[in-house]
Amino acid sequence: MTEKKQTFDRYEIRLSGSGGQGLVLGGVILAEALGVYEGKNVTQTQSYGPEARGGASRSDVVVSDGEIYYPKATELDLLLCLTQESCDQYYPSLKEGGLLVVDSDKVRQVPSPKAFSLPFIRIAREKVGTPVVANVVSISAVAGITGICSKDSILKAVLARAPRGTEEKNRLACELGYEMGAAAERGVHV
Amino acid sequence: MSETVKLYKSNQPLLMQGNEACGWGALAAGCRFFAGYPITPSTEIAELLARNLPRVGGYFIQMEDEIASIAAIIGASVAGSKSMTATSGPGYSLMQENLGYAYMAEVPIVVVNVQRGGPSTGLPTKVSQADTMQAKWGTHGDYYPIVLAPSSVKECFDMTIKAFNMAEQYRVPVTVLTDEVLGHMREIVILPEPSAVKVLNRPRPVDPPEWYKHFEITPDYLSPMASFGEGYRFHLTGLTHDESGFPTAKPNEIKAKLDKLKLKITRHREQITEIRSDMMEDAHIMVFAYGSTARAARQAIRMARKKRFKVGMVQPYTIWPFPDDKIAPLLENVDTVVVPELNQGQIIGEIERLSRRHVKVVPLQRYDGELITPSQIVDVIKEEHA
Repeated sequence: MTEKKQTFDRYEIRLSGSGGQGLVLGGVILAEALGVYEGKNVTQTQSYGPEARGGASRSDVVVSDGEIYYPKATELDLLLCLTQESCDQYYPSLKEGGLLVVDSDKVRQVPSPKAFSLPFIRIAREKVGTPVVANVVSISAVAGITGICSKDSILKAVLARAPRGTEEKNRLACELGYEMGAAAERGVHV
Repeated sequence: MSETVKLYKSNQPLLMQGNEACGWGALAAGCRFFAGYPITPSTEIAELLARNLPRVGGYFIQMEDEIASIAAIIGASVAGSKSMTATSGPGYSLMQENLGYAYMAEVPIVVVNVQRGGPSTGLPTKVSQADTMQAKWGTHGDYYPIVLAPSSVKECFDMTIKAFNMAEQYRVPVTVLTDEVLGHMREIVILPEPSAVKVLNRPRPVDPPEWYKHFEITPDYLSPMASFGEGYRFHLTGLTHDESGFPTAKPNEIKAKLDKLKLKITRHREQITEIRSDMMEDAHIMVFAYGSTARAARQAIRMARKKRFKVGMVQPYTIWPFPDDKIAPLLENVDTVVVPELNQGQIIGEIERLSRRHVKVVPLQRYDGELITPSQIVDVIKEEHA
């Protein structure tokens, strides 16, 4: 994990999976952490179907220190996949040298040996007690892996959006995710 | 603004959706009545106003459909309240009849149309710009709409305010034409204090009630507007009417009314229309783009400039009335205009009309529910440059 502030011309993140996994909200929280608490320029967009649950869902976050013209991600610097289907669909959009982050239980056929394969949904279920916070675990892990925003910023953003009464579960999910990501980046197996 | 209620957090960075920005813009402009029927991708505007209008003494009504929604806001406006509705293509179609009534009866209202794919129910969650011509020609008869097209979250805020100001000033319905990408996109914005927002109100009558004519033909074609219930008596109808508002069949009065509807807009075209031009000083190729497509174009011209292509960009913030006088001089200096839009070719007709075949006009049309990408535009620029 890098402690020093990174600067970006344009850094593109895509969070992908299926509807109901909370990835649109995950994108909003990540964008808020970067934009409101880290002072970057940021755009967050989404693509989803008319269904409330199921169907492909994705949320794009573009980060820059300068002005962002095109709001959507096209050449991904980081791709997070919580389903095999989304991994198959979006992996070709990952830049050379871009980071692939997948859920180790949901994505069994990983297209790159360099991928970070981590058990987001299992950690949410077993250590926090609900799979609902898998989105918070995964975006916090993205922050931990990339160092793109500090643990403090992502935690603030998570708590600002957490419904009343769920703060502790969300705090735990955020901390577990961030540490898991940071450890994976250092090459420590979890 | 007189309210002491804090509308939103001003002067600090916020992550906000385009739809939310439209809602806050409406409140800052003095909107105190919203009637609507929820429809993707516009619903967040109604949600925000349902929560916040009561806080400032305003009213929110969810109506039975879009026909009733626009009827309700026309009524509220005639009673003196700044009023708005928000919808998407299917609802905008249903509103056309009463939109025509508002043009004829000269009622200031604001309609936000967050465009999605069509025709019919089309693509609820996908982007489109295919209502561009509907916003001009949607209802029958001769009339002159004002239609604004923002391209960022901040512009959604600013242009909703501008829409109210122009609706009030010109006594005309104003459409804010956004789209699914803009409506749902979140960006960092810093909003001004509501008290720092420039708000215009409809001209009020100075004559005593017995002399008042609701549709008085004045030198600038703009008539003062009294509200129902203030002691000023007037008649409102969709039938062609004289200055007092009563139906007429006299050719001179009919012509005077239709001229008024036209001239109150065209005589003020210079103040109404707004464009932005980027890197046009030495450009041989112009990219002409509006709404969310302008975001792709803005990045595309920067990518193309890196390859030393002499390309610039013009973006209309007002699409109707079309800014002829501001765009025509810029067309004289270019060989080619590339027109990306999310439909099968709508605004391109205006550029073809203005270019009078002296300039090559190249379409780039995407209507598969996805936003045009910068590299698609760069590819066309490359081809035209070769």
